[in-house]
Amino acid sequence: MTAVEDASPLLQVRDLRRYYPIRKGVIARTVGHVRAVDGVSFDVYPGETVGIVGESGCGKSTTGRAVVRLEPPTSGSVLFDGTDIATLSTARMRRLRTELQMVFQDPYSSLNPQIRIGDLLAEPLVAHKRLDRAGARAKAAEMLATVGLPQLSLDRYPHELSGGMRQRVGIARALMLEPRLIVCDEPVSALDVSIQAQVLNLLKDLQGEFGLTYVFISHGLGAIKYISDRIVVMYLGKVMETATTAEIFARPRHPYTEILLDAYPEPDPRLRDRERIIVEGDVPSPANPPPGCVFHTRCPYAQDICRTEAPPLNAAGGARHQVACHFPLAQEAS
Amino acid sequence: MHKRLEPETGQSSARLMIRRFRRHRLAVVGLVVVVLMVLMAALAPLLAPDDPNRIFDKFESSPSGEHLLGTDSVGRDVLSRLIYGARVSMSVGVGAVVVYVVIGVLLGLLAGYYGGWVDQVLMRITDVFMSFPYFMVILILVSVLGPSLLTIIVVIGALAWPMIGRLVRGSVLSIKGSDYVQAAVALGYRTPRILFRHILPNALSPIVVNATFGVAQAIILESGLSFLGMGVRPPAASWGNMLSEAQSITVLSSQPWIWIPPGLMILLAVLAINFVGDGLRDSMESRSES
Repeated sequence: MTAVEDASPLLQVRDLRRYYPIRKGVIARTVGHVRAVDGVSFDVYPGETVGIVGESGCGKSTTGRAVVRLEPPTSGSVLFDGTDIATLSTARMRRLRTELQMVFQDPYSSLNPQIRIGDLLAEPLVAHKRLDRAGARAKAAEMLATVGLPQLSLDRYPHELSGGMRQRVGIARALMLEPRLIVCDEPVSALDVSIQAQVLNLLKDLQGEFGLTYVFISHGLGAIKYISDRIVVMYLGKVMETATTAEIFARPRHPYTEILLDAYPEPDPRLRDRERIIVEGDVPSPANPPPGCVFHTRCPYAQDICRTEAPPLNAAGGARHQVACHFPLAQEAS
Repeated sequence: MHKRLEPETGQSSARLMIRRFRRHRLAVVGLVVVVLMVLMAALAPLLAPDDPNRIFDKFESSPSGEHLLGTDSVGRDVLSRLIYGARVSMSVGVGAVVVYVVIGVLLGLLAGYYGGWVDQVLMRITDVFMSFPYFMVILILVSVLGPSLLTIIVVIGALAWPMIGRLVRGSVLSIKGSDYVQAAVALGYRTPRILFRHILPNALSPIVVNATFGVAQAIILESGLSFLGMGVRPPAASWGNMLSEAQSITVLSSQPWIWIPPGLMILLAVLAINFVGDGLRDSMESRSES
């Protein structure tokens, strides 16, 4: 499961921005922008899982949607295997989509309620003219077994399946075209805790079986820690810190990461009475982000420079550890 | 983890809808009446006792064993004309609705899915069409094009689509943002497939309900036009032009067999169709998809 360090990245996100215009008045003039994603860069190497973590509204889902171009970037580039998908023509993008799939958060709304599971799974192959209907149905039956669903489900409608089963269908559908990269947008957040682990294990198994690369988006550190090789921590549309999973959990360098980890419940009761960091205030609005470091309004260590100057994402020691902070935490902090 | 699947599942939402519809008594009665009228229209040559255009010696004769509903002022059998008249009403009702549903659905899909200037242009055209004095424009167009069954169908169809267009556009706007449409885009489906396979089937309920009420309205409209002599050209029988004989005071006051039956048929048809529409609306709206 470790990333192939010397290979070239499969996905390179460079300075990605996605602004939503705020319109007001009868003539709908633009009075400002919501900076959902504001200059995000990261790499994803073949075969690895990169987790994107952050609070709701930090732009992690928008980033994921931009990677599969469900959301056109305002600026920046998304290089998939060297091709910039942000500027690709619709026709070429449609062909490229077979290599680039997405699993959605809500298994209840991501499956068309009018279509039987078998047809739902066969459709990608038919639409891309890879197989005729009969052949595609056979493939669908195969894939159903791969994701651990009974063959009976083929003729069921989505509403007849449970949430966990539906998410398996969502995963199976994403796999039908044999993609290389799958963006998983909070794939387990809508599921019962007891089902979450099963779906995560399924994703891990499939990764080994099909040699998949994942971008795994979640606000839950548990799922992220379990599945990711590397983690990107986002806050208010920007990357705060990125490092391997082990690094992030052992030696967070960004105060925000530290707070995020601190908020993660400790399963071991003997370790529970450590001192907690209390964060004050709310997340500022992405329509009006604070100047300087976007986190300074809530950062316990903020200094004057943090209020005026945005820190760049710098190397911070350790393998591919990068942090955007003027005063990164000491290495031995935990 | 696998929930046991009960053998009686595999049910589509359509079947669920039928079950709800059947609980709606009036709608079921309405449906039966509509089916009977359609059969009457289809089997008119077998059911009618006489040729609807054959002129008998006795005109304006009251109902008798020979002519169950009497004869009209020219001497034609009223019952036969009534049965043949169903053909006009049913074909105008269904024909006009098919025309405007096709137009409205296409334009609504395009406006809702593409948005932006496509939506702006199409919706302004819709506004223009909606601001027409509907009945007047139909009268003028029919008189210019010449009254005939086909003209009426086309004219009503060409003018009545804005309602459906807006309805469809609204549904598309809400469905477009749903995850399953996003998934269809991510899977690289072409726009026609997304529109007709993923969006339209999920926007169908309001269209079906609206179209049902539309059939009733088209029937009324045709009757009105025929009553004014702008509808189906005589001697062809239509309930509307049979009714127009009541414009004469003598017929109105002393020969009720000539105008009451067609009036009742129009009433019955419209009422039955509207009950079906009510039933459809109730059984479709309360549907939960998941």
